[in-house]
Amino acid sequence: MSDPAPQVLVLVETVPADPATGRSGTVRRPSLEQLTVARRLGTPAALVCGPADDDVVAVLGQHGAATVYVVDAPEVGGYLVGPKVDAVAAVVDRGDVGCVLVTSNPEGKEVGGRVAVRLGSGIVTDAVDVQAGDGGPVATQAVVAGQWLATSQVVRGVPVIAVRPNAAPVEPAPVQAVVEKVDVTFAPSSLGARVVSRTPRATTGRPELTAAPVVVAGGRGVGSAAGFAVVEALADALGGAVGASRAATDESWYGHQFQIGQTGKTVAPALYVAAGISGAIQHRAGMQSARTVVAVNKDAKAPIFALADLGVVGDLHTVLPQVVAEIARRRA
Amino acid sequence: MHVVVLVKHVPEPTATWSFADDLTLDRAAVEGRLSELDEYAVEQAVRLVESGLDARITYLTLGPAKAVEGLRKALSMGGDDGVHVVDPAVHGSDALATSLVLAKALQHTGFDLVLAGMASTDAEMSVLPAMLAERLGVPQVTFGGDLAVDAAAGTVTVHRDGDDATEEVVAALPAVVSVTDRTGQPRYPSFKAIMAGKKKPVQTLTLADLGVAPEQVGAAAAGVVVRSVAVRPPKQAGQVVVDDGTAAAVVADFLVARGFA
Ligand SMILES: Cc1cc2nc3c(=O)[nH]c(=O)nc-3n(C[C@H](O)[C@H](O)[C@H](O)COP(=O)(O)OP(=O)(O)OC[C@H]3O[C@@H](n4cnc5c(N)ncnc54)[C@H](O)[C@@H]3O)c2cc1C
Repeated sequence: MSDPAPQVLVLVETVPADPATGRSGTVRRPSLEQLTVARRLGTPAALVCGPADDDVVAVLGQHGAATVYVVDAPEVGGYLVGPKVDAVAAVVDRGDVGCVLVTSNPEGKEVGGRVAVRLGSGIVTDAVDVQAGDGGPVATQAVVAGQWLATSQVVRGVPVIAVRPNAAPVEPAPVQAVVEKVDVTFAPSSLGARVVSRTPRATTGRPELTAAPVVVAGGRGVGSAAGFAVVEALADALGGAVGASRAATDESWYGHQFQIGQTGKTVAPALYVAAGISGAIQHRAGMQSARTVVAVNKDAKAPIFALADLGVVGDLHTVLPQVVAEIARRRA
Repeated sequence: MHVVVLVKHVPEPTATWSFADDLTLDRAAVEGRLSELDEYAVEQAVRLVESGLDARITYLTLGPAKAVEGLRKALSMGGDDGVHVVDPAVHGSDALATSLVLAKALQHTGFDLVLAGMASTDAEMSVLPAMLAERLGVPQVTFGGDLAVDAAAGTVTVHRDGDDATEEVVAALPAVVSVTDRTGQPRYPSFKAIMAGKKKPVQTLTLADLGVAPEQVGAAAAGVVVRSVAVRPPKQAGQVVVDDGTAAAVVADFLVARGFA
């Protein structure tokens, strides 16, 4: 056991620097959470695909990444997924990677899935917890629309684990990060899906939905796009993100990127407020890992109340603004 | 052009699910259906042909005998034929082995465009299209909000509705594309269409037909072993108040007490 613990490679998600505003690059929170997981399993290392400015490297070092691999090539942003698969495989090929961690979102899972095929490794997705165990990491998953908890272990190859946001705390663990630039020869088949145009969305100024500690979500009961103002006001009072049920996004009252549930985002915030949401199984699939749930619904029989730590049978258009006012009054 | 749509027969989402002794989902114990999310892929394939694409549509499924019901449902919505890979050795396969079998089956059928749903409503991993693209060495474009095929140019163009941006992606065919539940409501087949679907040819293939050895699939070959499954402990039912004008104060107290406000 004198060998250093193998590297646990975190595929880092960054928000690149914006030269227009002078904002420097940042690391997305789930990647920092995965560095916490990586420390449990071995020696944390990070892989940044794209530019890694000093701020990004410093943040990764502060959270325990002793080695920061950087693959900064135009292919990474110009094509879907494939170049990142090549980048991960190139780092793993160097020989000391014992586990690969990615974020359990669509892109992370796809990169992970392809890496697993290429390495002949087992893959676990949607892990809500990962701990060291005999014979390798033990991942806990919420399966079957989140109604069951399963623990699994990868038994073949270098384990690939896709970790859900909020699966671990962000913990400082400062080390001096060493940057290693990696040259990757991209496979022709990795350059098959070319991004011909990209239209960035306007930012909301609110925390990112999947990583937010507080989510206030509205459903059909909100009644209109304009009605979402009361949902946003409570989210802002609590420093939270805004979410929506599919009924609300199907009506175009709120953007589809904010949909929570089986065909939307999975969130696991410390606090979830469901307003005018009945609590269908497909919706619950996306929020049942929330630690505390508050529900406001006119119908005392709504299934969402079964999940709620505090339920209010009432009209959200009356109750939500009053809650905002009460919070403001207590703060004054 | 040959469009192959991947379809999966899944347990009815509202059914009560259970796990068999080997910790696999007990599929025999519940009613099944064509995964609702695959219906969107079927719909897109049928619409491509309706809008003039000269293509044959084949549906491909992997699963036990009952899974043919999923093929029949798809065939009732349109398309030409079905391929059912059925083999007892497949039981207990993980995503890696499943993608291996489907990749071999796709090489067997041939394809220009593989269409899939955005996830299965049971396993929900959403990794299969990417794994297939990796195995087949062809481009992948997942979570398409729409798709357009240019047969002359040999390309597919897809719009994706991402978190930070919307994207337009072009891939050369052959390619694997998955579509979301926002691509358009799947049709509801008429009685006549259901009857017609029953008459369409369905070919059954075994692993041997595909050149896959039994030891490459199933639980023994799995890269992942499930150690335990347990029903998530039900939440303690919380306090429910009926709003009489004072509920907001109760909520605010609760939020303050828990450190949220
Ligand atoms: C394959 C598939 C995938 C799906 N994926 C998702 C998904 O990802 N996310 C998702 O959310 N759904 C999803 N659904 C849809 C899901 O089944 C439900 O239809 C949906 O969640 C319902 O949204 P809702 O609760 O807002 O609306 P409803 O079920 O209509 O409930 C509205 C609620 O608002 C209450 N209400 C009305 N007015 C007021 C008021 N003034 N004040 C307070 N309460 C009020 C009502 O009592 C009711 O309980 C999916 C369905 C399928 C088949």
